[in-house]
Amino acid sequence: MTTPDTIRVRFFARLREELDTGELELPAGSAANAGDIARALAEKGGPWQQLAGDQPVLVAVNQIMAKPSTPVKAGDEVAFFPPVTGG
Amino acid sequence: MISIQTYDFDAAAEYQALRASGPASGAIVTFTGLVRDSGDLSGVSGLFLEHYPGMTEQVIQGLIDEASQRWDLQQVRVIHRVGRLALAEQIVFVGVASAHRGDGFAACQFLMDALKTSAPFWKKEITSDGEQWVEQKDSDLLRSQHWE
Repeated sequence: MTTPDTIRVRFFARLREELDTGELELPAGSAANAGDIARALAEKGGPWQQLAGDQPVLVAVNQIMAKPSTPVKAGDEVAFFPPVTGG
Repeated sequence: MISIQTYDFDAAAEYQALRASGPASGAIVTFTGLVRDSGDLSGVSGLFLEHYPGMTEQVIQGLIDEASQRWDLQQVRVIHRVGRLALAEQIVFVGVASAHRGDGFAACQFLMDALKTSAPFWKKEITSDGEQWVEQKDSDLLRSQHWE
């Protein structure tokens, strides 16, 4: 198996619907941390701007809660989602 | 044990399974959450529940591990349903078997409070007028922070 040179980015719930995107792939070299990914995607404009806006957007790296400063590398899975409302 | 499932569960059977957790168990505390008719919206006819497969199970296992360190527990069972749920259907089950009731009450409440604010589930309310994602509640955050 070859090492992936991309980062898998996933979206859930309200974000998934508003962005009309469940997941996408980014070149690994384009981002050093989760915040870089959010800022790069926010530049797409429209609903994507909320990734770098005032509304709370949570981020997980490799399925563990993370911060914008959490480093990311090739093969990682980064997920953005609204505050959780289960139970 | 943790189950994330679309289908319903039998709370009585789960209780009996907790009874079989061994002779050290002197107390069983269970909680069952149901779909009710009013949340952020009124006239709710059902819910749609989305989750993050994989991360959900990891987060809940972490909460069970934390509960097992804080309290003396014999067995813990967590079931959470996902997908489309109608009014009055069961959403979530948390059951704890412990030697004494104090540990059982505390652990069950901790698990529910912490699950609501840290496990990646999202509820959408469905009414005859449309659908709307539920907003996280400050009251839920406060209940969860109370355990820190």
